[in-house]
Amino acid sequence: MKRPPPPPPPPPENNKKLKDVEISFPIVYGTISFWLGKKASEYNSHKWTVYVRSANNEDLSVIVKRVVFQLHPSFQNPTRVVEQPPFELSESGWGEFEIAITLYFHSDVCEKRLDLFHQLKLYPEEEAGPQSTKKPVIVETYDEIVFPEPTEAFFQRVQNHPAANVPRLPPGITLPPSGSMEIVPYEKKRGDTKDHALSQWFSNFSEADELLKLAAARQQVQAHIAKLRRQLTMMEGMPQQSKVLSGPGQQFGHI
Amino acid sequence: MDAKDILGLPKTPFSTSQEKKSRPPKEPQRKPDGVSREVYALTGGVGMAPLMPTIEASHLKRRPAAEKEKVAWQWLPFTSSARSDNLQLYHWVRVVNGVPPTGDYQFAKYNKKVDVLKYTDEEYEKYLIDPAWSREETDQLFELCERFDLRFIVIADRFPTTRSVEDLKSRYYSVSRSLLIHRARSFDDVSGNPLVKDSYDAAHETERKRALSALLSQTKQQERKDAETLAEAKRIMESRAASKNLDEAGMPSSSDNAMVPVDGVSPLSGTHPPLTHPNTAANSSIPNSLRTLRVYLRTHALDQMVQAASASAGLRVIKRVDQTLQDLGVNLKPKVPTKAVCVEHLELRNEILTLLNLQKQLQNKEAEVSANRESSFTEAPSTPKRSNRDIDRTFIPDTIGFSGERAGKRDHKRKTTGRFIDAPPSPTQSKRPRKLKGSD
Repeated sequence: MKRPPPPPPPPPENNKKLKDVEISFPIVYGTISFWLGKKASEYNSHKWTVYVRSANNEDLSVIVKRVVFQLHPSFQNPTRVVEQPPFELSESGWGEFEIAITLYFHSDVCEKRLDLFHQLKLYPEEEAGPQSTKKPVIVETYDEIVFPEPTEAFFQRVQNHPAANVPRLPPGITLPPSGSMEIVPYEKKRGDTKDHALSQWFSNFSEADELLKLAAARQQVQAHIAKLRRQLTMMEGMPQQSKVLSGPGQQFGHI
Repeated sequence: MDAKDILGLPKTPFSTSQEKKSRPPKEPQRKPDGVSREVYALTGGVGMAPLMPTIEASHLKRRPAAEKEKVAWQWLPFTSSARSDNLQLYHWVRVVNGVPPTGDYQFAKYNKKVDVLKYTDEEYEKYLIDPAWSREETDQLFELCERFDLRFIVIADRFPTTRSVEDLKSRYYSVSRSLLIHRARSFDDVSGNPLVKDSYDAAHETERKRALSALLSQTKQQERKDAETLAEAKRIMESRAASKNLDEAGMPSSSDNAMVPVDGVSPLSGTHPPLTHPNTAANSSIPNSLRTLRVYLRTHALDQMVQAASASAGLRVIKRVDQTLQDLGVNLKPKVPTKAVCVEHLELRNEILTLLNLQKQLQNKEAEVSANRESSFTEAPSTPKRSNRDIDRTFIPDTIGFSGERAGKRDHKRKTTGRFIDAPPSPTQSKRPRKLKGSD
């Protein structure tokens, strides 16, 4: 297997960590499974692909060095290592199981690995109708890989990369201009998944929809809170008269 | 009786001291070979058992000294004192230097017999008559006890009439006990005998077995329910203790589980306790446990922050927050957990916590108002207050006059709490929430 070229070694002076900065990479991981229809046999009924991709289908190899998919022990060589984008693996089988996906990053990004877990789904829900060879079963999960306090070198390397969410630097921190280093040398082979064979099945994850829904819910709750507050203030006046009557020296009603 | 008795070792204290004396005086100071200095220092040198075997490896390689003795195995007959039929059996034995082992069969000593007491006719007539047991039955019981060595399960199986194991045991032990007592010259002689000291309690035994079988035949579901109840009880005890501490410290308790005092002078009655959840400020920042991580998933961070935000709330409150989220049509876990979504999600959860808090306060307030009103009408100002429970009990008959007003108040409730909608408009019912709370 061909190893990807190593990332540029960060200059030592750029190893300083940036406080209060986090870089995040929106990702999507999941499986797409096709029923083989007439070609299905007892132990080979589905062809499926498990993958980790950037949420906007950009090249994840800017941070990811290697992805290890841990399959069910009944597969031959159940530990599958993918060292090149796209980080995906296709297999065929008949059973659903949990796939452990481990991401290893380039050394300037992070020494630690990251574990994801995905439940392979081959058979459609009953309400989705009968199995068909045309319509695959897709389960995808959106998440974001967060790197808190990145090094300056890492920040500079990815700050213009389309796969990354890079914040504006807090005031007071300036990075030295990064000369010709900007050209990232790993783009020999395209690592993005924009023209991926399965891309028509990729789901869209809309942050705006989610935010709208949350905003509506918050509005409802806030209105409710305001109403309750008014009622409480109204009731405030009522106990006054009885308080005058009850003398000092009372005990709290402990039980 | 000590460990030496059990092990059958000589009890003489001399052997050890002699051993010590016979050692050269320098011996304890010298480090034995094969033990590292550090390990030897740990043993303290003198008087302690070595931590590890101090046999040198070279010793083990040498052949044992007693090489000359010739060991052979032979197929020889033997007799056992445990047998009464003189049956001749053979076995393989180790014969050293042509001398076969002598003496009784080595396992004969395990042939233990129970000494079942025998009674005479006279003794039976005098002490042992029991209306529930005939002489024949008792005789049969004792015969079977002897034959089966007090294995009562077997005895009960062979017993000609149907008697429970407890029945049989009870008869056997009571007969043995009274025989022992009456045969002894004085009670003190036998007071130490286990049969006398601990009499058999058939009722207790039956109950024990019943409880045991009930426990063993429990379903998983019941078990889970029990565990839940216990956990809940523990939580209540803790929250009570906590609220007590708070009250003693003179601080207003706004936690969900704390009881809000009902009396007029409670520190809460004039002002609202803080309405915002105490953790709100800390929520939006990343918990410390994540700060040290070099990489994490956004969903993990959200999980941790949700946990941190609801740490002070009880299990029930957390469940109600989740329920409210569902009622609002919001996913318990965001589908697209971007940073902004997570922040909004946390805010929403906090607002729901505040909302639930307010609902609770309103309920308390209503209960407080009604209790205060009622108390001010029935009790003279100087009368010392009674506890909440007393008030509840005392005022039930007196409250009819308030029903009209209560109905009006109930309308508030219908709009706000929604939890006691079904409550009939009687004041006794309206107070239930607070009462529940006390034992909540």
